[in-house]
Amino acid sequence: MMSRFWPMFRKEFIQMRRDRLTFAMMVGIPVIQLLVFGYAIQTDVRNLPTVVLDQSRTPTSRDLIAAFQNTGNFRVIAHVDGRPELDAAIARGDAQAGIIVPYDYPRDLARGTTATVQVIVDAADPLSSQAALNAAAGVAQARNLSILSRAADRSIPIEARVRPRYNPGLRSPNYIVPGLVGVILTMTLVLITAMAIVRERERGTLEQLIVTPITKTELMLGKITPYVGVGLLQMTAVLILGRFVFDVPITGNILLLYGVSLIFIIASLAFGLLVSTLVRTQQQAIQASFGFMLPNILLSGFMFPRQAMPEIAQWLGLLMPLTYFLKVVRGILLKGVGLEALWQEVLILAAFAVVLIVASVRRFRKTLD
Amino acid sequence: MDAAVETRELTRRFGALTAVDALTLRIERGEVFGLLGPNGSGKTTTIRMLCGLLEPSSGSALVTGIDVTVAPEQVKQRIGYMAQRVGAYEDLTVAENLTFYAGIYGLRGDMMRTRVGEVVAFLSLGDRLGQLAAQLSGGWKQRLGLACALVHRPGLLFLDEPTAGVDPAARRRFWHTIHDLAASGTTVLVTTHYMDEAAQCGRLGMMSRGHLIALGTPDEVAAQVGGRTLEDAFVVLQQRDEQ
Ligand SMILES: Nc1ncnc2c1ncn2[C@@H]1O[C@H](COP(=O)(O)OP(=O)(O)OP(=O)(O)O)[C@@H](O)[C@H]1O
Ligand SMILES: [Mg+2]
Repeated sequence: MMSRFWPMFRKEFIQMRRDRLTFAMMVGIPVIQLLVFGYAIQTDVRNLPTVVLDQSRTPTSRDLIAAFQNTGNFRVIAHVDGRPELDAAIARGDAQAGIIVPYDYPRDLARGTTATVQVIVDAADPLSSQAALNAAAGVAQARNLSILSRAADRSIPIEARVRPRYNPGLRSPNYIVPGLVGVILTMTLVLITAMAIVRERERGTLEQLIVTPITKTELMLGKITPYVGVGLLQMTAVLILGRFVFDVPITGNILLLYGVSLIFIIASLAFGLLVSTLVRTQQQAIQASFGFMLPNILLSGFMFPRQAMPEIAQWLGLLMPLTYFLKVVRGILLKGVGLEALWQEVLILAAFAVVLIVASVRRFRKTLD
Repeated sequence: MDAAVETRELTRRFGALTAVDALTLRIERGEVFGLLGPNGSGKTTTIRMLCGLLEPSSGSALVTGIDVTVAPEQVKQRIGYMAQRVGAYEDLTVAENLTFYAGIYGLRGDMMRTRVGEVVAFLSLGDRLGQLAAQLSGGWKQRLGLACALVHRPGLLFLDEPTAGVDPAARRRFWHTIHDLAASGTTVLVTTHYMDEAAQCGRLGMMSRGHLIALGTPDEVAAQVGGRTLEDAFVVLQQRDEQ
C-alpha cells in the first residue's frame, strides 16, 4: 500500500527545487500580492487634500475647520479667497474636497438661526467621497448636539455608543492581510498543481510514468504533497510580514490556524490537480487557474463584503473553498475565536479536500486516450 | 509455456482511421522480434496496446500470459518499455532518474542499490551519474532510457525506435546490449527503420496500414520477393500492399 508514494514525492520535490518558474511563482506571487493589496488598496480613506474658503475669518469658523481636520478625513492644503479658485482646485485634482464657511456663519450661530457650511467633495471615487461625506455630517451632528443640549440645559437625550469591535482602528490591512493568506495560497497552489500532469504530458514523460505499476492515488498524492510545505511556508511569510509591516494582530490560536490552513492547502492543491486532469496543455492550465482566481477574489468576501452582494453572487461564493477559509482566518486572527465557532467551516473545507482528491484520481486515466 | 506476446485480431481505431487492423501475432519467450513498417503503419499503436497504454477497440492480447485488457497493471510490473520519445526526466540527474524508476517499480534499500548498480555497470553509465539528463547527448540519453526500463529486470522489453537519431557506433553498442539481454533470457520487441538492425532480429514482422504483410526470419522475408535484400522486400511488399 502506497509504497510508490515516496519515490514519487522525492522526484517531485527535486523537480520543484530545480524549476525556476515554479520557484519564481512561489516567491513572486506572495510578494506582489502583499504589496498590491496591502499598500495600494487602502479602503479606509484618510487625509483628503482640502481647500478652505473661510469668508468669515473668525475664531468660530477656524474652530469649525479644525473640527473637520480632526476627523482625519480632511487635510487642509490651501486657503483660497474666492469660490472660482476653490472650484478650480478641485477640478484640477489638486484638492478632493472644499470647505466653504460663509460670512454669516458666526452671526447665524450666535442668533440661533440655522448656520450653513458647505462641504464639496469630489465624488469620482465613491469610496473616498463616502468616507468624507460621513465625516462631514458627523462633525455637524456633534456640534448640533452640544449646542442644543447647552441651550436646553440638559444632557443629550440618547447617545449611541458605537464601539468597533475586533478592529478598533477600522484599519483595512487588518481585514485585507488575513484574507491575503487565503488568496495567495489559492493562487500559487492551484496554478502550480494545475501544471503538474500536463507538464509531463507535454514533455513526453507521462507515457513512461504511466507504463509503470504506480497507482493513480500514489501518483496524485506524490505530486501534490511537496507543495503542502510550500503553502505552509508562504502562509508563515505573509503572517510575519502582516504582523511586522502592516501591524496586523494575531489574536487567536496559531496552531489551530495552521491546522485549518493545512486542510485548505490540500483542497487548493487538489483543485489544481483536477484542473490538470481536465486540460491538455500548460497554456490551458494557466488560463483555467486564472479563470478560477477571479471569481474567488471577487465573490469570496476577500475585497467586498458578501452581505452586500446580490443573492446569486452569494450563492456562487459558497462554492469556493476560499469563502470558508476567509471566515476562519479572520475569525482566528482578528477575533481570536476557536473551533467552537468555526467547526462548520472546517468541516466544509475538509469535504472540499476529500471530494476534489477523489474526483481527480477518478478523472485521471493511466492510458493515453 | 505461454508465449511472451500473443494477440488475436487486435484492432485499434482512432475515429475513422484504423491504426491497427486485426493483428494476430505470437512472439515466443527469448526472441528478438523486430517490427518494421513505414511511418504511420501502426507499430507504436501496437506496442502501446501491448503495454496497457491504449485500450484495443477489439481483439485480445495476452502479454506474458496475462490479458492486458483485464489486468493492465499486472502486465506493467513485468514489462519494460522505452517510448519512441525518451521519457527520462531532463531536470533530474542520471542517478536520480534511475533511483526514481527503481522506486516506482517497488525496489527498496539494498535491493534497489544492487539493481541500480547492475544496470549502471551493464550500460556503462558510471561516469554520468551526476549529470542532468538534459545535458546528455543523444546516444547517452537512449542508454539512460534503456537503463530506466531495465532496472526492475523485466522479462519482456518493448523498444520503440530506440536508436532513432543515434550515431552508428552508439547504435552498434546498443545492439550488442540487446543481444546480451536476449542471451540472458529477456524477450525483446523492437521497432526500427534501419535495415541493418532488422537483419539482426531473430524474426521480423512487417506492417503496412495496420496489418502484417510479412512475417518470418530476415532471410524468409527477403525470400518472399525473390531473395533480394531486406530493403527491397520492405519497399516491394509495401507497394504491393498499397495497390
Ligand atoms: N492518439 C491518436 N489519435 C489519433 N490518431 C492516432 C493516434 N495515435 C496514432 N494515430 C494514428 O495512427 C496511425 C498509426 O500510428 P503509429 O504511431 O502507430 O505509427 P508508427 O508505425 O509507429 O509510425 P512511426 O514510424 O512514424 O513511428 C497513424 O496514422 C497515426 O496518425
Ligand atoms: Mg512509432
